[in-house]
Amino acid sequence: MPTKIIEKEIEKLDFQSGGEASSQLKNKLRKLGVTNAIIRKTAIVTYELEMNVVIHSEGGVIEASVSPENLEIIVSDSGPGIKDLDKAFTPGYSTASDEIRKLGFGAGMGLVNVKRYADKLNVETALGQGTVIKVIINFN
Amino acid sequence: MKVKQIVEKLNLKIVSGPKLDQEISGIYIGDLLSNVMAKAKSNNLWLTVQGHQNVVAVALLVDLAAVILVEDFDFDQDAIEKANAKGINLLKTDLQSYELVSYLKDMGL
Repeated sequence: MPTKIIEKEIEKLDFQSGGEASSQLKNKLRKLGVTNAIIRKTAIVTYELEMNVVIHSEGGVIEASVSPENLEIIVSDSGPGIKDLDKAFTPGYSTASDEIRKLGFGAGMGLVNVKRYADKLNVETALGQGTVIKVIINFN
Repeated sequence: MKVKQIVEKLNLKIVSGPKLDQEISGIYIGDLLSNVMAKAKSNNLWLTVQGHQNVVAVALLVDLAAVILVEDFDFDQDAIEKANAKGINLLKTDLQSYELVSYLKDMGL
């Protein structure tokens, strides 16, 4: 039975708290004795997903659970959904505004990085409704 | 090599210096946060022109030794506060990245 170790709401355009959930999760995993390599992968995946919610969505929730075998991260938001999933996973493709890009976001590498470091990835999205992204990171 | 050694030798300005004894493992240069997340290694110095608070979040998540703003760019006040609270070194210089890296290379990095 997986144990939930973090559940945090993410507000739309809340750059001040951006990265907080990832940071909390990192600290929890460190206390659990998870290796640095796994913590690094997790930090990259959760930060990208967290900032996607901050930048692109109407707000959402990030949850993470651990079992002896793996870590499961679920990030869900309440819209607007991803219009073209193939494009969203294309390196360099971004729908971020110029203002957001000036901050160093919008490289078009967010979901690409998530895919690279996830052992399993599932995306469910519906236009006007929202997106749920589930990532599994194995401990071994 | 420790952060404080490069600060002294290259006359870098300390904007936030909670961990100046931190060892440096190498250097990453870039302004796109996703690339930094994926490619900078732990205890790297990060040279950038981005001075906002999300830079501190990234530095914290990938365990960077210090963020160095080049070309006399400034850190935002909320970035400085966050860095002090979270233990991230923020430094700045009027040198360009290439000049700074040349000096760092001469020092053995």
